[in-house]
Amino acid sequence: LAGRTLSPLALRVVAECPVTKARACDLTLPHCAVSTPVFMPVGTQGTLKGITVDQLEGLGCQICLGNTYHLGMRPGPDLIEKANGLHGFMNWKRNLLTDSGGFQMVSLVELSEVTEEGVKFKSPYDGKEILLSPEKSISIQNSLGSDIMMQLDDVVSSTVSGPRVEEAMHRSIRWLDRCIAANKNSDKQNLFAIIQGGLNAELRKVCLDEMTQRDVPGFAIGGLSGGEEKNDFWRMVTLSTDHLPREKPRYLMGVGYAVDLVVCVALGCDMFDCVFPTRTARFGSALVPWGSLQVKQKQYAKDFQPIDPECQCHTCKKHSRAYLHALFKSDTAAMHHITVHNIAYQLSLMRSVRRSIVEGCFPEFIRTFMKRLFPSRDLYPGWAVDALASVNVTLE
Amino acid sequence: MAGSRMKLELSRVVQGRGRLGVLKELGKTGQCSLEVPGCLLHTHLGTVPHLTQETLRTLSNLPSVTQVTLSNIAEHQEVLEEFKDGVTKFAGLHDTVLYCSLHDPATPCPTGYTTNKTVSVWGSGGRIELTVAKFMALQKTVQPDWYQSMADGETWLNNTSRKRVRKSVDRTLAHLDECLLVHQQSQELEGVEVFGVVEGGDILEERVRSSRETAKRPVAGFCLDGLQTGSMDQALRTQLITAVTKELPEDKPRLLQGVGRPDEVLACVEAGVDLFESFFPFQVTERGCALSFSFDISLDPELAVLELDEERGTSGETQQNGDLNPDDQSLMTSFEINLKDQRYKDDFRPLVEGCVCYCCQNHQRAYLHHLLVTNELLAGVLLMIHNTAHYHAFFSALREALANDKLDVLKTRVLGESGGRQKDLTDTDKSE
Repeated sequence: LAGRTLSPLALRVVAECPVTKARACDLTLPHCAVSTPVFMPVGTQGTLKGITVDQLEGLGCQICLGNTYHLGMRPGPDLIEKANGLHGFMNWKRNLLTDSGGFQMVSLVELSEVTEEGVKFKSPYDGKEILLSPEKSISIQNSLGSDIMMQLDDVVSSTVSGPRVEEAMHRSIRWLDRCIAANKNSDKQNLFAIIQGGLNAELRKVCLDEMTQRDVPGFAIGGLSGGEEKNDFWRMVTLSTDHLPREKPRYLMGVGYAVDLVVCVALGCDMFDCVFPTRTARFGSALVPWGSLQVKQKQYAKDFQPIDPECQCHTCKKHSRAYLHALFKSDTAAMHHITVHNIAYQLSLMRSVRRSIVEGCFPEFIRTFMKRLFPSRDLYPGWAVDALASVNVTLE
Repeated sequence: MAGSRMKLELSRVVQGRGRLGVLKELGKTGQCSLEVPGCLLHTHLGTVPHLTQETLRTLSNLPSVTQVTLSNIAEHQEVLEEFKDGVTKFAGLHDTVLYCSLHDPATPCPTGYTTNKTVSVWGSGGRIELTVAKFMALQKTVQPDWYQSMADGETWLNNTSRKRVRKSVDRTLAHLDECLLVHQQSQELEGVEVFGVVEGGDILEERVRSSRETAKRPVAGFCLDGLQTGSMDQALRTQLITAVTKELPEDKPRLLQGVGRPDEVLACVEAGVDLFESFFPFQVTERGCALSFSFDISLDPELAVLELDEERGTSGETQQNGDLNPDDQSLMTSFEINLKDQRYKDDFRPLVEGCVCYCCQNHQRAYLHHLLVTNELLAGVLLMIHNTAHYHAFFSALREALANDKLDVLKTRVLGESGGRQKDLTDTDKSE
């Protein structure tokens, strides 16, 4: 375990795809080892919605997310510290990654104001004003005790352009330094930097050059996955991985759609998180290798097959689409069944991706995967075709 | 014939103190049994509320009989007809005995829609009217191991007239006879048992009449209807049940509908009830509460009193859950703690000390409090696990107390020294 080394993080590159930029790694963190590429489910408020920690463990999840802004508000860092950190509070024995609260600046923008000091939030619960500074964010994350903490970054929506993007990029560098200085637990908690710069290649490069000079155990690629054009998105991802060190993990934030995961693995990313699979589950949308299945739709009322006959999750082993369709009308458990399935789908996808990289057949995997997902060649998303071509994978 | 293959083997019968025994030869294979007094496993379409089978399996010693209700099922008739293999298979259940009731005891339904020939249930899409023909067609698609016959139980409102009560008894008997006729002619229902339903509102003579008449029919057991929590105070309920059970054969089980509160359960067991529906844990869960009352009679009596006082002190005043309709039985009882209360914010103890359920073994009150305050779905899952475990353990303790002549000790433990409840809810429950 990492405890024996000096650092709370160790990355071993197990295999590298000779064709693309993909890697399969063993990431050793304080609570357990993580196999990458990895998808990390999001449990914002110290719980994965409707799923027990036992179920999550049973699904093979090795690392999941908590959110600093939300948990910092309720129940607050002091209480969580009293409960032996977020691990103790939610009784999760494996790894946790906490986001800094930076993204809420964008998602809750009505409530926030950014200055060099930090982000001022007006609490939606009691109207009180809170200042989330780099120091405060790290302090909360130190109390939460997560295995990986994210720096507080100055987040700007990817649809914004102009001087604000540059300002935010430079400020993020300064805030990274403040976060590094503020981290009280560098022997137990890993602080990741977040590369910003919006959709501007020059700004990204500046950020990459600067941040990679700092001694952090890992890097996240931020400021993307916010509604920007996919053509710009992938170019920024690949530019970032081109300039990130090989021996440190690359975490692409906010990415979780199957196509995006596979393509971005090919572009050199190791870690991903997204609320999409678990959120869409609660609306009855089940993820499958050929797309998604809206269980609540009438067409499934009399469909007595499981969601995916080849899926090994409890939901698919026990229940039919018809039963789940009916259950949605009477009980919340229907949502939990789909949530379990969607997490199983995501984790199974990543396991297959990793296996194919280790076995040296990742490009084949990509082709098979795309064929399964899209009924015909002309439905392949243009950006994905381009992105894959950029790493030497041509799709028939 | 709607046979009485199920056998009630009583090991103890004490007048005014209840019956103890086992209901045997249940299910189509006749292999299952259920201890009495006991309760059925309340579900929504075969699913214990909030729980997938994985989370349900963390519980042990669950009843072998699962309850489903036509209020959840009626709207899926076409689907079940096409499925052909019944609700047990449809729900992915395996070794369970299936009991089908008309209404969901957890959700009182609107009144005023019952006619001479029909009763109504409310599905997710609205009201569904059932004639006996439709009711029986549904039973054929559900394929339960046993079901209650169609009944008119709309007598629980305040000021139900005598005439209306009489009508409910007459209609229910008529429905029973019609159901039995169809049942006997249906090959699909071979081996399935039928319970007759005793009505009569709060009128003693009607209760006796209904019991006598229903007992004449070839049914496997009896449902006692129109006595649910909120319809009358326990004293009257006890009186009526005592009178009813005098008219019913000793060797057939009595299932009381709509009553689940521990104090009422104890009183009704003494009056001669064998089976209950386990919807109470669900109601407690929905109001964000955890069952916490003690039923452990092995404790030192002095220690027991101290513990009781401590819990009483912390359970707080009756709190109305502002989110719920005040017309339903959503008021907190003295048998539970309200985890939304600030006092639990930093309480790192399990819900109930010594409880072996998954929730108590893995989580603390502070965490549950947080989940409730932040409206997280996991709260419902964890509370349902605990409340179900606690409730079924209570029934276990009840059977043990009956076996060892310790019912009075149990009552004191559960109800407190005064033997009564802390909060009188009957005044506020009768809100219609």
